[in-house]
Amino acid sequence: MNRNLPPLSPYYRSLTRNMVLLVMVISFTPMVLVTGIILDQFSSSHHEKVFAHLGELVLKHKQNIDSFLDEKVQNIRFLADSIDFDRISQPGIIAEDLSRLQSAYGTVFVDLGVVNEQGQQVAYAGPFNLENAIYADADWFKKAIQSNYFTSDVFLGLRGSPHFIIAVRKTWQGQKWIIRATIDFLSFNRLVEKVRIGETGFAYILNREGQFQTKPIFDFTPTLDIYSRYFATLSRMGKEVEIQERLDGAGVKSLYVSALLKGGDWLLVYKQASSDAFSDLHNAQIIALVFFVLGGIAIVAMAVWMSGRMVRRIATSDKEKEIMNEQVIETGKLASVGELAAGIAHEINNPVAIMVEEAGWLQDLMEDGAYKNEADIKEFERALNQIRTQGKRCKEITHKLLSFARKTDSRIEDFEIGHLIEEVVALSAQRAKYSNVELTTRLEPKLPAISASHSELQQVFLNLINNALDAMDKTGGTLEISARQEEGQILIGVADNGPGIPKANLARIFDPFFTTKPVGSGTGLGLSICYGIIQKMGGTIAVKSALDVGTTFEIRIPVKTDDTVENRTVVSASDTCN
Amino acid sequence: MAIATIMLVDDEVPFVEAMTKRLTRRDLEVGTAFSGKDALEKLLADSKTEVVILDVKMPGMDGIETLQAIKRQVPLVEVIMLTGHATVESAIEGMKLGAFDYLMKPCDMDHLIAKVTEAAARKRQHEEKIINARIKEITARRA
Repeated sequence: MNRNLPPLSPYYRSLTRNMVLLVMVISFTPMVLVTGIILDQFSSSHHEKVFAHLGELVLKHKQNIDSFLDEKVQNIRFLADSIDFDRISQPGIIAEDLSRLQSAYGTVFVDLGVVNEQGQQVAYAGPFNLENAIYADADWFKKAIQSNYFTSDVFLGLRGSPHFIIAVRKTWQGQKWIIRATIDFLSFNRLVEKVRIGETGFAYILNREGQFQTKPIFDFTPTLDIYSRYFATLSRMGKEVEIQERLDGAGVKSLYVSALLKGGDWLLVYKQASSDAFSDLHNAQIIALVFFVLGGIAIVAMAVWMSGRMVRRIATSDKEKEIMNEQVIETGKLASVGELAAGIAHEINNPVAIMVEEAGWLQDLMEDGAYKNEADIKEFERALNQIRTQGKRCKEITHKLLSFARKTDSRIEDFEIGHLIEEVVALSAQRAKYSNVELTTRLEPKLPAISASHSELQQVFLNLINNALDAMDKTGGTLEISARQEEGQILIGVADNGPGIPKANLARIFDPFFTTKPVGSGTGLGLSICYGIIQKMGGTIAVKSALDVGTTFEIRIPVKTDDTVENRTVVSASDTCN
Repeated sequence: MAIATIMLVDDEVPFVEAMTKRLTRRDLEVGTAFSGKDALEKLLADSKTEVVILDVKMPGMDGIETLQAIKRQVPLVEVIMLTGHATVESAIEGMKLGAFDYLMKPCDMDHLIAKVTEAAARKRQHEEKIINARIKEITARRA
């Protein structure tokens, strides 16, 4: 679109705004709904998928770890059955057992020891020097002596490095013996360490006191309440896996997947930041958002552009309509001038005829050889005077016509209406005379000025007077034009006492092309043009009529004030909507 | 002896006066009236008039109405209509209603005199026929 277009009026601007808003609402609503529903559905199904996957993963590892622990216990029990407690304290025996164990099951077993009922390690094989170590006060010993087999929590113990113990109790010769083996912390840790998903997903194991049983990749301090709640939830609900999404200690929303290990002593926790776990979802959301924003920009741009174009087109067609209206008014004006012309032609023909006859008379006199005596010269003078008088009459008529025709442009001016009415009445006087109509005016002196087009108002009154004269052509009658001021308006009445307008026609007289005149005599545009002109001025035109009593047209035109111009634009704008 | 006795009917007084002078000079007996009503009254009062020259457009009783009245009340009087351009239709209507002819205003004097002469001749002819018919009737009655 070219940029040199003139700015639109406020009416068209608000029209544009409304169209833009409407288009945007209509386009955005389904877009938001569809996008929202799809994203929501996708999000929930993706959550389910991720939860199921993580649940499965954790469950598998839980089983893995549990079976690892079980297997170690079985190994030690198997070993315990073959131990000869008599010879156990002899050097080399236990070392042989350990090497058998290590060759069969790998280096998971770090050391091996036998502890008697008093808590004294009677035999030991391993990298540490723990022979005859006293475990009577150790936690694990107290628990291990109570049951057939026992797996301890991770602790530092005498050696000062994290490890845990698998202990199996044996009774021999009325004495309780404990065979204990230390599990390589690193290889146990590896079981959990390899649970790594994404960037932030990792696993760790806690005991009931909230102490780490493995070394987590990311160091943090576990909150005891939360984990004890997990313990409670899992053991109460009988579920194998519990999945929760909550803020972690650093305020990052994270997924926690937990499962009980070691018969409820330990808790396997898998933790992953939600943003990481749902990164696919986030990607999808970002893509959707980008498309949404781009689409939104496209919609807004389209709406603005299209509405602008449409309103421009509407404005153009409004302007064209206005021009056409003006042309119709101009045509109507020509028609009413044509009607006038008939009257004027006759009016001008009479003095011309007189002049011709007087001139002829002078010729007659000259042929007779007159101008000899006083009387002949007197007759000459009289005839010449008569010709001058009639000439003046012609001049008056032509001047009346000229003054009417000169004001043909429809510029808006401020003027007093009385003069205009007088002018039109003078122009119609001759026609009225031949129609036997008594044409009178009753104008209030000093009427305030109105703002209107001179030629358009002339046309209105000419039309109304012509119509009245046509109606009373046969019968004669009176036609009174009055003007007075009333409540900031000028009230103009055109009242005749002609035959009146039948009720059936009364409602239609302002319709274009409605006429009761025979085909070819009237266009049916006169009153509709009057209506258009008065409406455009912000005035009203109304008709009252009674059969055989007469017809009165009542025109109200607002007195010129400062906001008249604004009124005009508003009216013309609303006109174009019709 | 005048060519004919005529009556000029027009609401324009100066026109009637000027015409009267010119027509009188051309051996016409001219009577005048300034409205249709006036003309009818004068026609009824004085039967000498042979031809009426009648303007079509007059305030009050217009040319056509006057013509109708004349044809009704003094049917033998011939009527020549005078008209401006804009009222040719009404002149034609006048012809239908029994006018002898119509002339455009302002009209050529010789043309007018010729028409008047024709009209007067016709009127006399009509009158003659009527007189002859009456004579025949009377003779027939005597016989």
